[in-house]
Amino acid sequence: MYEFDYQNPEDLASAVEARKNADDGLYLAGGQTIITVMKQRLAMPSDVIDLKGVNDLRGICIGDRKITIGAMTTHADVAANENIQRLIPALSGLAGKIGDPHVRNRGTLGGSIANNDPAADYPAALVALAATIHTHQREISGDTFFTDLFETALDDGELITKVDFPIVRAAAYEKIHNPASRFAIVGVFVAVSDDGVRVAVTGAGPCVFRVPMMEQALSDNFSPSALDTIKIDADGLNSDMHGTADYRAHLISVAARRAVITVGSGDKA
Amino acid sequence: MPVISLTVNGTTVRKDVSANLLLVDFIRDNLDLTGTHVGCDTSQCGACVLHVDGRPVKSCTMLAVQADGCQLTTIEGLAGDDDLHPMQQAFRQHHGLQCGFCTPGMVMTAVAFAKDNPNATEEEVRHGLEGNLCRCTGYQNIIDAVIDGSKAMQGVG
Repeated sequence: MYEFDYQNPEDLASAVEARKNADDGLYLAGGQTIITVMKQRLAMPSDVIDLKGVNDLRGICIGDRKITIGAMTTHADVAANENIQRLIPALSGLAGKIGDPHVRNRGTLGGSIANNDPAADYPAALVALAATIHTHQREISGDTFFTDLFETALDDGELITKVDFPIVRAAAYEKIHNPASRFAIVGVFVAVSDDGVRVAVTGAGPCVFRVPMMEQALSDNFSPSALDTIKIDADGLNSDMHGTADYRAHLISVAARRAVITVGSGDKA
Repeated sequence: MPVISLTVNGTTVRKDVSANLLLVDFIRDNLDLTGTHVGCDTSQCGACVLHVDGRPVKSCTMLAVQADGCQLTTIEGLAGDDDLHPMQQAFRQHHGLQCGFCTPGMVMTAVAFAKDNPNATEEEVRHGLEGNLCRCTGYQNIIDAVIDGSKAMQGVG
């Protein structure tokens, strides 16, 4: 790992300031991706700004219509939270399926979405649940946050503080994972709210995306059979050693059906 | 150079460290606690698992400076010099190791898992060990050891 200057700010303003003053600064959340990247010398920040001391970024707050999760909240804390398990079990279930127990004890919501790995789980939840991402300077909708492969709508130095997840009527996340890395080969998050049905797919393309055809079909008839005639176009999907684009296109239908069955069964998981 | 202060196996430690020093290297090279192993160095194998504030983490994917102020337990701190922790005893009993390289990480993961899941099923144990790889045993004896070790930790085994 290259050398860097380590900064350990105690509040949000100091963290943002440290990042602004650095030549090539990097925020450190749980580090479960970036530390490995730095070890491989694929990143060489001049300054690492550790967010662990910034208390305002941690915690889970339950509101009437939404759950707010601090950016530095670990996957393990989201998975184990009884209120999230009760109100949006698909979200706690998703957090409990990220990586392995050790990764979940360190990895954070903010770190995951800022990285926007194409095979990460959280992006599917943020898009399907129509979440709102709060940064130190503005709010960004889940629909516009994830822009491309490892790219987000965040400006340089912009720091995620928390995410609001609306409490929907029902939701389910189905993931077909790579057994070695535990990343999603395909993950489909289906959410049913008063505004309709949303279907968000991760792992299959360069970036999370919605499937309007499925959303329309499920709005008309919320059953797995509603998806029978919908063929997902493999054009533009990922093709790698773990699966071809055609295979991923097929898995989207499989995972979507399973998610619809789970929602229909009332498990909401 | 940052100064970190932390508790390792009950002893307070205060040291100057490079910002880019990994926690596993700090534990092994600065504190000579070499029971924590480095297997893959890419955050996959789990040989480097130790407990930070009671939670199992991969110490190859954490900076030493991130452990400032934390309480650490390594494999050396599980039991006294001449004793075995009930989970270590169960691994021995069930032949849950062959070469032994992955064993410290397996045991540290298993102890934390058993505290959170005292009556886990075999299926749950298998999921609990997702972050630990073993190249020798085929896992079956490890699973048996974790199930038995969990019972022993409750004093009913």
